Amino acid sequence: MAKVKEYSTEPLKVWNEGKQLRRKYYEDYLDAHERGGLRWAGGAWAFSSIPAGLGEDTYCITGEPHGATIAFFKDFTARCHEATEAAGFPRTLCAYMRNYWGSILLGKYLLADGTVVDKHPAPDFIWQDHICCSHAKWYQVARWLEERKGKKVPMYCVDVSVGYPADKPLEEYKINYIVQQLKDGIEWLEKTTGRTYNDRLLCEAVWNEIRATRLWAEICALNQAIPAPLDEKSMYSLYVMGTLMKHRPECVAFYERLKAEVEDRVKRGIAAVANERFRVITDTQPPWGFLKIFREMEKYGIVSLGSLYTYGLIGMWKYRSDGTWGPKELPQDKPRTRDEAVRMIVEWTVDRPEWAHFYVPEAKTKMILSIVKQWKVDAVLLHYNRGCEGLSVHIAENRHGLIDAGVPVFPFEGNMGDEREFDFPGTLARLTTFFESMGLKKLRE
Amino acid sequence: MVKAFGKFREWIDNRHEYAKALKERTGNKVVGYFCTYVPEEILYAANVFPVRILGSHEPPTVTEPYIFAMFCHLCRDCLAQGLKGRFDYLDGIVEGQSCLHLRQAFNAWRLHIPIDFAHYIYVPHGIQSPHAIPYLTQELAKFREALEDWTGKKMTNEDLDRGIRVMNRNRELMRRVYEYRKLDNPKITGLEAMEMVLSSQMADKEEHSNLLEKLLQELPSRQLNRDPGVRLMIIGSEDDDRVFMKNVEDIGATFVVDEHCTGSRYIWDDVGAHEDRLLAIASRYVQRVPCPSKDWPEFNRINHAVKLAQDYKVQGALVVQNKFCDPHGIEIPPLKEALKKVGVQTYPLEFDVTVPWGQFRTRVEAFLETLTGLEELF
Repeated sequence: MAKVKEYSTEPLKVWNEGKQLRRKYYEDYLDAHERGGLRWAGGAWAFSSIPAGLGEDTYCITGEPHGATIAFFKDFTARCHEATEAAGFPRTLCAYMRNYWGSILLGKYLLADGTVVDKHPAPDFIWQDHICCSHAKWYQVARWLEERKGKKVPMYCVDVSVGYPADKPLEEYKINYIVQQLKDGIEWLEKTTGRTYNDRLLCEAVWNEIRATRLWAEICALNQAIPAPLDEKSMYSLYVMGTLMKHRPECVAFYERLKAEVEDRVKRGIAAVANERFRVITDTQPPWGFLKIFREMEKYGIVSLGSLYTYGLIGMWKYRSDGTWGPKELPQDKPRTRDEAVRMIVEWTVDRPEWAHFYVPEAKTKMILSIVKQWKVDAVLLHYNRGCEGLSVHIAENRHGLIDAGVPVFPFEGNMGDEREFDFPGTLARLTTFFESMGLKKLRE
Repeated sequence: MVKAFGKFREWIDNRHEYAKALKERTGNKVVGYFCTYVPEEILYAANVFPVRILGSHEPPTVTEPYIFAMFCHLCRDCLAQGLKGRFDYLDGIVEGQSCLHLRQAFNAWRLHIPIDFAHYIYVPHGIQSPHAIPYLTQELAKFREALEDWTGKKMTNEDLDRGIRVMNRNRELMRRVYEYRKLDNPKITGLEAMEMVLSSQMADKEEHSNLLEKLLQELPSRQLNRDPGVRLMIIGSEDDDRVFMKNVEDIGATFVVDEHCTGSRYIWDDVGAHEDRLLAIASRYVQRVPCPSKDWPEFNRINHAVKLAQDYKVQGALVVQNKFCDPHGIEIPPLKEALKKVGVQTYPLEFDVTVPWGQFRTRVEAFLETLTGLEELF
């Protein structure tokens, strides 16, 4: 057997800081009222910089990351699913949503470390956006469930289902449709909470969000290096900050420190996987209860570099004039007024890479192919995710596009948040066969 | 009499032959659409014949490479019809944004089946927002422009008026037929009502309306000579399963009303008058009885379903969810609770491309017994 090159590895220095940030995030939401603060709930894609204008003591909980955290703790997930099914909801619905509803039904709240708190903290209001069939419905039902427990929760949701600017910018009337809803939303927030809205805080939050989502893209771009400084399993714990608090200064600060550290790793040739010799990317959310599959791949010298999902769920990218795909350029100036801030965040957000496939499967295929080329990827693992119709929509078309381009593809079926729908041994056996067909052999047990 | 019902059935059973003959006779282009959010008014205005693309209730195995099987059977079955060449006479396809599932069928069709014209209308989801109507008006202007480019003919206000008139007349006539379902002994069955509406999505609206006029003359004297049994409502995802309707109505029940896009939801609202025709059409599609995918933050569709249940004196409701249809599945418990508050019991059924009638019969019979027959047992 040929000797496989060994790279130096070392743990990330910011790792514990990230963990603490996550823990504090869930605790802040739980304890917000004790400090006279406000709580709101919504999705990871909600325009979170808008409620920030209500004050620095406004805390949110974003549904998808919370659903994923629940999924990681399988016993609690099972209880959530049982509660949701007992309430009459079909088990084929979005798995994150069922986890979230389940915790309301159980009256429990899960912290980042798996601690189960014996009360579910209802939000003061819901602030959501809608592009997937389940987004607004998720919170409509969450509100209905809270109301049955005696708590009326006002809800506002912004419709962003206007298409994707794949080959030309969105028409002005589409941008305006979203802008107008957000401006109405600000008035709604004032009326609902009784607070005076602060445009300065809004402008700061918008700029934070723009910086954070660009910084994350810059960090992911560093993974083009050989050896890759980051592996996808670790990236899941890092990108999540952008899904929780993309508008907050601590998110920007964390990503700045992370970027500096990853740049340093690239400079010194520090690898995520010591015996890296084969580079893959995945697609859509992983089965959160089975992240050990990434460790299994490492035994073959395989590093998973990320995915369009990990790079583009929150990270903002754009095609450059030379045809390469890179972090989206920052606007020239910070916003100074409410009008500027709202328009800026809308124009920034509509390019979100993970919105492309909702409308234009070819656009997603093109982005994946750009990653394959620029990140020097050897194969793509497509997760046909039964738990998320939003990110699985058109995935079969992406498979066609990749195969047509000559990229080896391994499709596998699973569920990000419902372990009953993921066959770990079966998937691992098929994956092993796939890697062996690529000429790889296990380097260690 | 009521030969009309035979004709409706014939139009459904021979939908492709009918469309081909119409195309040959008129020389008009034929466009297939997937969802009732496509404004057919504009297609009629352009002298383009719209037909709804629906499935055939055969296992859609040919779609496996194109649509992940966790998406609903309707979208896969629709695509299967295209892949099998059954809609080979279509000149174009159009979709009005509703759900991810049908969007996927539209895109797979666009990518894998040769077609001259494919247009996606981004019908807003935020229909409870005051900004939805002006936004959709602009989307419809784009649609009109695309059709004009394709057909090579400008659309005038008179054309749009004609399209609106054709659609309004057809819907209004069908609503009048629905009135006969309110009677203690309804003059039409649920199956017949379904076939009436379904065929209107496949036949030329003017021809369909002319037949409805005749039917409405004959209906007052019609006697069904059957015990209507339990007054049922059927609610939920798209449903064109005529076999299921017939089978349920054969075991002591009548569907007196429905809340489906192949039923009342398709015909319930008209286009009003307005100088800006596109705004008038947009208003109709924003304010119509909504698909649950667009119905938030308030549950307006559920309120509408409750009113229907009361108006049609419904005793029980079958709530149908096409497997994997999230918008409908999500609403089942709130819908169930709302109907229960007005004394209407519900029973959920999960539909797939084919329905296991053996199991369903037992379940539906048990449900009917809970509505009427338990006293006799004790």
